[in-house]
Amino acid sequence: MRARLRIGAIATAAAAALIMTGCTATADSGSGSGSSDEKVELTYWAWAPNLDKVVDIWNKANPNIQVTVAKQDGGDPAITKLLTAIKAGSGAPDLIQAEYQKIPTLVSADAIADIAGDGAKDLSSTFPDGVWNSVTLGSDAVYAIPQDTGPMMFFYRDDIFQQLGVSVPTTWDEYADAARKIHTADPTKFLGTFSANDAGWFTGLSQQAGASWWSIDGDAWGVDIDAEPTQKVAEYWGGLVEEGVIDNKPMYTPEWNAGLNDGSQVGWTGAVWGPGVLSGNAADTAGKWKAAPLPNWDASSPSNGNWGGSSTAVTTQSKHAAAAVEFATWLNTDPAAVQALVTETGIYPAATDAAASALTEAPAFFSNQPDFYDVAAEAAQSVGDFTYGPNVNVAFSAYNDEFAKAAESKQASAFLEAVTAMQKITLDDMKASGFTVK
Amino acid sequence: MTATVERSVKQRRASQRPAALSPAKRKAARKRAVVPYMMLLPGIVLFVVFMAAPIVYTLYLSFQKTVVKGLGLGSGARSQVFAGLDNYIASLTDPAFAASVGRVLLYGLILIPTMLVLALLFALLLDSRRTRARGFSRVSIFLPYAVPAVISSLLWGFLYLPGVSPFYWIFDQLGWDVPSMLSPGLVMFAIANIALWGGVGFNMIVMYTSLKAVPSEIYEAATIDGASEVQIALRIKIPIIAPALVMTALFSMIATLQVFAEPMTLRPLTNSLSTTWSPLMFVYRDAFIRDDVYTASATSILIALATFAISFFFLRVVQRRAFGQED
Repeated sequence: MRARLRIGAIATAAAAALIMTGCTATADSGSGSGSSDEKVELTYWAWAPNLDKVVDIWNKANPNIQVTVAKQDGGDPAITKLLTAIKAGSGAPDLIQAEYQKIPTLVSADAIADIAGDGAKDLSSTFPDGVWNSVTLGSDAVYAIPQDTGPMMFFYRDDIFQQLGVSVPTTWDEYADAARKIHTADPTKFLGTFSANDAGWFTGLSQQAGASWWSIDGDAWGVDIDAEPTQKVAEYWGGLVEEGVIDNKPMYTPEWNAGLNDGSQVGWTGAVWGPGVLSGNAADTAGKWKAAPLPNWDASSPSNGNWGGSSTAVTTQSKHAAAAVEFATWLNTDPAAVQALVTETGIYPAATDAAASALTEAPAFFSNQPDFYDVAAEAAQSVGDFTYGPNVNVAFSAYNDEFAKAAESKQASAFLEAVTAMQKITLDDMKASGFTVK
Repeated sequence: MTATVERSVKQRRASQRPAALSPAKRKAARKRAVVPYMMLLPGIVLFVVFMAAPIVYTLYLSFQKTVVKGLGLGSGARSQVFAGLDNYIASLTDPAFAASVGRVLLYGLILIPTMLVLALLFALLLDSRRTRARGFSRVSIFLPYAVPAVISSLLWGFLYLPGVSPFYWIFDQLGWDVPSMLSPGLVMFAIANIALWGGVGFNMIVMYTSLKAVPSEIYEAATIDGASEVQIALRIKIPIIAPALVMTALFSMIATLQVFAEPMTLRPLTNSLSTTWSPLMFVYRDAFIRDDVYTASATSILIALATFAISFFFLRVVQRRAFGQED
């Protein structure tokens, strides 16, 4: 038995030696081919649908800079993965699609690089000021190149509005009246829902009211969630939920989808990318919807907020930052690329001029409204400044928990308490982490 | 098995020590002593790499934290420092954590007895001599266990949402006003129901298998003595499979403490589930939403210790009763 064991041990050792030599051999040939050829290979984590088709155009024209898109599940999982890779010290891609609210978090974790020196600095005039501000964080650095924005819009079922004799609301007071009228006429119908699941939606609404949840004052952060604009928005929606004229269920559930389809959700305060959501979730209702600017607080001075929108950032682990910036610049500013982004991925481009020439025809779902992109351009123009902080994730998860309780309780006072709780959780977290806070 | 090998090696060594050995013999003895460790090596390596190392790393992380300077922007603004017990204190004093523990205890009180009683009932029914279509019944009770928890939660989630559920459509047609299963008062039952649906089959198979191992002579003797099927079940079958009952109870308790997939999948559908509904969701939120692996590690260690303590205590209490007759 012992003899057999020894043979086994020798065999194992031999196999191990073979594997080891095998490894070295491949490693050698790998590095050899890398140095003889100057071809740069970039990986790009992104979740925008069909983005690989846009990247194919680049790859055909630039044989020396080949970009591979690794499709991600969405904005949050991609960032979580990136932060993990940064902590691990390897495994991050060269480029990542990053939502604007994630940029301070990523900069704070030293996950994305300052690309001002790689030519990104010259792009400032290509994008609207508010958008550019969110990739520079108001500093001299440039942390990402804007890709798309999400100015908020109001979508409504034109057929039901006409049937019930409701006119399109231009102010929030009119929106409340319309909500009452619709719900009274048919108690199964709601003009909209307050979604405790979508922090980005509530952020956009607060931004419209003039909120900016974080601020930078010299070397200190400020947290201004529990301030007049956000309180106003929370109290308004809380009041409508308490009255029962607005639904309190989250968006993006099978139930909400069914509601969009069967007409029990008569309207949606969405954003410019809304047609994609509506055509995906309520395909049967094509041609029955119309888009309008988001209702305003003050009709004489229109303002708006963003829900969503993302940028292309270069990670700190990328060894080819210059090539990555070259590609990201092309992707987000070149007219042909922007046109492809519009047709393939259905985004609303951030680059002002390229967007104007690319967005001529209304999305198929809104073919009944040829001026769709005129409404969108109007919506994009009035978007105000908004500063995101380094712990947006904490504030957003606090939103989910606190507003879920408030929405379930159906009390306007609970909505105000939720705003206070969000402020406290966000501020406490920053203090605990050691940030200098005002 | 490894323990026996080790013990025999020790015994052999002990027996050899007093005798004066020639150098050649001593060498051979040393070689013999190495062999069992070589055989253990793959197991030890796998254990160290995939169990011990992650646990040690988690322990290390739980005593660390990051500290940010100033605005915390740019490289070098963040550094990892020793935190002492701060993370443990933070999670123990967080009311959200205490609430999640309380919720899971209540959830276990609802789920475990229901699940074990149903599993035992099904196992006994399947084992009963008069049962027909045994294979089909066994497979159909067991099948839900093969459905991943995320998938079953999605399926049940659709059935729970009044807007899309066929059941609520029927209730509506009948004119009944049935409250939503996902409302705050009922959501715990909704989750327990999903776990029940998936878990009964597994526990039933464990119990049924140990029932099959019981020699049929015992039943024949009992029948001759005039025992009915019910009496056989209560007085013979249940006491004999007590060890299996203890094991399924222990597994169910551990699974309950770790409930995660079901509430996580249902959460986007309702306002009733917070991001910290269960202890593991609390860990997940800290690690992946708040990007604070340090507090998450501390909480994980606490949950692991609690699981150990509860399992140990439970086994101490029931072991003598359950395994007494075996020794």
